[in-house]
Amino acid sequence: MTASRPDPTRAARRTALACAGLAVGMIGLAFASVPLYDAFCKATGYDGTPRQGPALASSAARADDSMVVHFDTNVAPGLPWKFIPETNNIAAKLGETKTVFFRVQNTSSKPSTGVATFNVQPGLMGGYFVKVACFCFNEQTLQPGETLDVPVVFYVDPAVRDDSNTAHLSEMTLSYTYFASKNGQPVTAAVATTGASGTKRDF
Amino acid sequence: MATAAAHAEAHEVHDHKPSFFARWFLSTNHKDIGTLYLLFAFCAGMIGAFLSFGIRMEMEQPGLQFFSNPATYNVFVTGHGLIMVFFMVMPALIGGFGNWFVPLMIGAPDMAFPRMNNISFWLTVAGFCSLLCSLFVEGAPGASGAGTGWTVYPPLSTAGHPGPAVDFAIFALHLSGAGSILGAINFITTILNMRAPGMTLHKMPLFAWAELVTAFLLLLSLPVLAGAITMLLTDRNFGTTFFDPAGGGDPILYQHLFWFFGHPEVYIMILPAFGIVSHIISTFSRKPVFGYLAMAYAMVAIGVVGFVVWAHHMYTVGLSLQTQSYFVFATMVIAVPTGVKIFSWIATMWGGSIRFTAAMHWAVGFIFLFTVGGVTGVVLANSAVDKYLHDTYYVVAHFHYVLSLGAVFIIFAGVYYWFPKMTGHIIPEWAGKLHFWLAFIGANVLFFPMHFLGLAGMPRRYADYPDAFAAWHKVSTYGGHIFGLSMFVFVIGVVLAFRSKERAADNPWGEGATTLEWTLPSPPPFHQFETLPRIVDEPGAH
Repeated sequence: MTASRPDPTRAARRTALACAGLAVGMIGLAFASVPLYDAFCKATGYDGTPRQGPALASSAARADDSMVVHFDTNVAPGLPWKFIPETNNIAAKLGETKTVFFRVQNTSSKPSTGVATFNVQPGLMGGYFVKVACFCFNEQTLQPGETLDVPVVFYVDPAVRDDSNTAHLSEMTLSYTYFASKNGQPVTAAVATTGASGTKRDF
Repeated sequence: MATAAAHAEAHEVHDHKPSFFARWFLSTNHKDIGTLYLLFAFCAGMIGAFLSFGIRMEMEQPGLQFFSNPATYNVFVTGHGLIMVFFMVMPALIGGFGNWFVPLMIGAPDMAFPRMNNISFWLTVAGFCSLLCSLFVEGAPGASGAGTGWTVYPPLSTAGHPGPAVDFAIFALHLSGAGSILGAINFITTILNMRAPGMTLHKMPLFAWAELVTAFLLLLSLPVLAGAITMLLTDRNFGTTFFDPAGGGDPILYQHLFWFFGHPEVYIMILPAFGIVSHIISTFSRKPVFGYLAMAYAMVAIGVVGFVVWAHHMYTVGLSLQTQSYFVFATMVIAVPTGVKIFSWIATMWGGSIRFTAAMHWAVGFIFLFTVGGVTGVVLANSAVDKYLHDTYYVVAHFHYVLSLGAVFIIFAGVYYWFPKMTGHIIPEWAGKLHFWLAFIGANVLFFPMHFLGLAGMPRRYADYPDAFAAWHKVSTYGGHIFGLSMFVFVIGVVLAFRSKERAADNPWGEGATTLEWTLPSPPPFHQFETLPRIVDEPGAH
């Protein structure tokens, strides 16, 4: 039986090893795609990922053209928080830096930590909605009953009018969702450290 | 084509077969492993067919008749999809016919790594067992089994299925994927290094070409699926957030990774069928296949372009207009090499001396039905149309025309074509033809109305639907019964073949069957080509 079985020659071994290397390389690429995709979304605003950057010079603002930005707030199940914007929408002149406050309140009797994710709709606007500062970059811990007003500073890039996909748009939505923090500190240990910046303010 | 001057020897003299257990459980013989794969695919296909029967019974009328919990219906849909893709079509076309006939066609004594071949098979079986386990453990709250669809999209597969069923399904894909990758390495090594003297790549039979391209597709795409479902697994169990927005992940990334695998996967399922149909058409037209080189490179082109069209499954996720335009264009480009193949098959038959054997019925039926599925594919390639038809029964009809009526028809064509070679027995022609006509009518009655349902707005993966859709669903279920009935004819044909005393000749199809397997006895000896065949050019053959 063994007499007729082909012995893998050196060439065959080399082919097999090259193939195995290819397969391992593809697994590596699959995992490498996670940071690459993240970087790609941040760089291009793909899939409604807002850009981050410094404010424009005030001269860049266009007085004659504005965009209505709607605000949408959500709290994921499992986080006993209330989360509302100070206003449902504002009209932002293109290039003008705007600040909007959001109010979060821990309605439970235990301290809890949340982290917000964000997205804009339509997704094509991601590349033209630029955040200068945002509470959403940090984890937030709230004591029982604590209320915090957190700011978002942003502008709408005037280049939005140069893109044929978005030139006609007059309205967009910025959406936030607060999730219970997953990989932050255990809730009990996080009581003392409220790292995020926020001011108490009435609106 | 080249013809072979093989030295037929008196093989019986030194044809030692191992004992039953060693032969079938520790097998290292490519023909035995091929047989095991075919038997496995048949068993898995019966279970997959049983699940689809459950689907069709439920859809016969509006309301819930068989599934008190719609989540269980989704488990049937998911199980049907996963089994048919990973444990029926792939084992039959690649593991089964590939193992059996690639070494025979290229004049090799066996596969390059016979023991690895054995591991490939048993990994596939282990994967299937894991998938069966998943049916009986909790998945979605209050229901057993994974009801995620074969795509296993998060968050349904993470937050939506807290039970371990999805973990079992993921392990099933890991195991069968590892088996397929090892098998692919084996095919590539065999085809690149073990061709008989004189058989250059450009003289190699088209089925071997098809398996070579398929193996490369497997090698490049399956590891990406393995990576994606591993991330899913750690998201589910170890608190990572690859696809969970709560930790900065993105569920859309999973879709990109899945379809980077998923689209080549559909070509993995159909390319071996392309190879088989070329041989059958050529054999029964008594002509060499028209445009041999174009046929081979059309498969290569389909394989290459198949890797850059994945987002046409994702037109609804919010791609920019430019991205959509690219994917529409790239997708339509695939119709060109596919058209080359369809027209070359027709040109092979043109002017040929055609014999309508059972295998030829299935092959010609395939060309017709695959073209129908290809045309609806071009319709769906348009992003504007697809947004309306996305996840409707139109899509279900489309991929069943190319897979259930494409790949599956060619599995049966291959069985009728090679059954005499594999077993030495002959399935009665009337059984093969009756099987074909029942399956052809049944499958069309089953799947054609789904186009109407989809255009009318009937979504996929729902156990219930408004009364407006009832009529065509009823027709479709009747078609399913006819299709199911045809399988009994197949089984009867096989039983009659084994009971009959008639034995197949070395080349039962006569002139036209020019590939090397027909130079061997039927069935071939346990070990073949101890003296390698030499491939010599027939004068004026090219």
